[in-house]
Amino acid sequence: MRVAIIDYGSGNLRSATKAFERAARESGLDHAEIDLTDDAERVASADRIVLPGVGAYADCRAGLDGLPGMREALAEAVEKQAKPFLGICVGMQLMASRGLEKSVTQGFGWIKGDVVKMEPEDATLKVPQIGWNTLTLARPHPLFAGIETGTDGLHAYFVHSYHLAAERPDDVIATSDYGGAVTAFVAHENKAGAQFHPEKSQKLGLALLSNFLTWKP
Amino acid sequence: MTLKARVIPCLDVKDGRVVKGVSFVNLIDAGDPVDAARAYDAAGADELCFLDITASSDGRETIFDVVARTAEQCFMPLTVGGGVRTLADIRKLLLAGADKVSINSAAVRDPDFVAQAADKFGDQCIVVSLDCKQTAPDTWEIFTHGGRNATGIDALDFAEAMVKRGAGELLVTSMDRDGGKIGYDIALTRAIADRVPVPIIASGGVGTLDHMVEGVRDGHANAVLAASIFHFGTYTIDEAKQHMAAHGIPVRLD
Repeated sequence: MRVAIIDYGSGNLRSATKAFERAARESGLDHAEIDLTDDAERVASADRIVLPGVGAYADCRAGLDGLPGMREALAEAVEKQAKPFLGICVGMQLMASRGLEKSVTQGFGWIKGDVVKMEPEDATLKVPQIGWNTLTLARPHPLFAGIETGTDGLHAYFVHSYHLAAERPDDVIATSDYGGAVTAFVAHENKAGAQFHPEKSQKLGLALLSNFLTWKP
Repeated sequence: MTLKARVIPCLDVKDGRVVKGVSFVNLIDAGDPVDAARAYDAAGADELCFLDITASSDGRETIFDVVARTAEQCFMPLTVGGGVRTLADIRKLLLAGADKVSINSAAVRDPDFVAQAADKFGDQCIVVSLDCKQTAPDTWEIFTHGGRNATGIDALDFAEAMVKRGAGELLVTSMDRDGGKIGYDIALTRAIADRVPVPIIASGGVGTLDHMVEGVRDGHANAVLAASIFHFGTYTIDEAKQHMAAHGIPVRLD
């Protein structure tokens, strides 16, 4: 099995790669190849695809579009062939219809809804949300198998000012409470996305990445 | 609210080595920042901070290697500061595996540098580090070069200006308190925390676990940074968190 992590000049790629390698080892998938690549062909032919992302929405989108054939490769592998896909942070936000950070930027339209600035009801809460928060599971999902959620559950690491306001409630798998419900995890068919950083979320993160490696949507 | 207050150990790194010794038991090489990082990762630190105090430009390359090796082994958030002057510096640190970079002197010299960095890499990964000294009651001034150079800039005004330019977080260090073990400058921390909409990390002066409680409860900080009390094994990360939890501060204990 080969997992393509798309390298489009958005930081933090080493952490994502190393976390996947460790998750693969821990789930006995020693044969899994974690392939950090900017080559559209390698993405199209991979078994699973990961889109990380740190930075501004428009900047990330431009970086991705700057890779020849990458958008087509994603359409083929993820939309047509329905290969398992995981977006992380801005990589997850790119799954939305549009991003409204600084300017209006088109997303992939896989999860209907806009990426909007967080406005916590409690005015003392700071934006960005930076730090560890628990998750509330809206419905069961294979990527959360064996992961304790809820107030007494494990924590996920968030760093974000914007979140995906999904139009279809069914697409929202998990939320976190930050002066109101903030979208923490979305999924639709073979496409999943985490607003938090599984590659930085220690126990919860490694368990989620392991689940992704064996996920059969 | 379920976002937890963060406990952040900070390591001073010079030419790729930890400067103020770290005296953990079970540490193979106390001078190796990567070993120290691994120990803090296992101990449940919420985030780790490297401050590169390497003076020579030759030695500055070592921090990239330290960050890269740390990111390979520790799946926790990492902030790196010290000598961050250009967008290329930031890009290299992020590519090596840092999640956030902390900008100090360069922000004072050229506030627009912060704006450029935030536009390029996103507000969330730009931390501006404020070294503050009290100059009058309820008045603090920004200093640079480890507290040696006065700038004449009011700390509260500067904090606000940095956030307007896109700083996603402020690391507020009291130079009066740093190393003194008498507690954070609570008035300073609270004045800045209440002035700006972004998270604040309190720094400088921790000597007891009560100080960490005060930083969050009274100083309104979202995170508390400490160096020597952890490095010298005075307290463990877990003791700090248990103490904070006992005083009603939500912390992550998993």
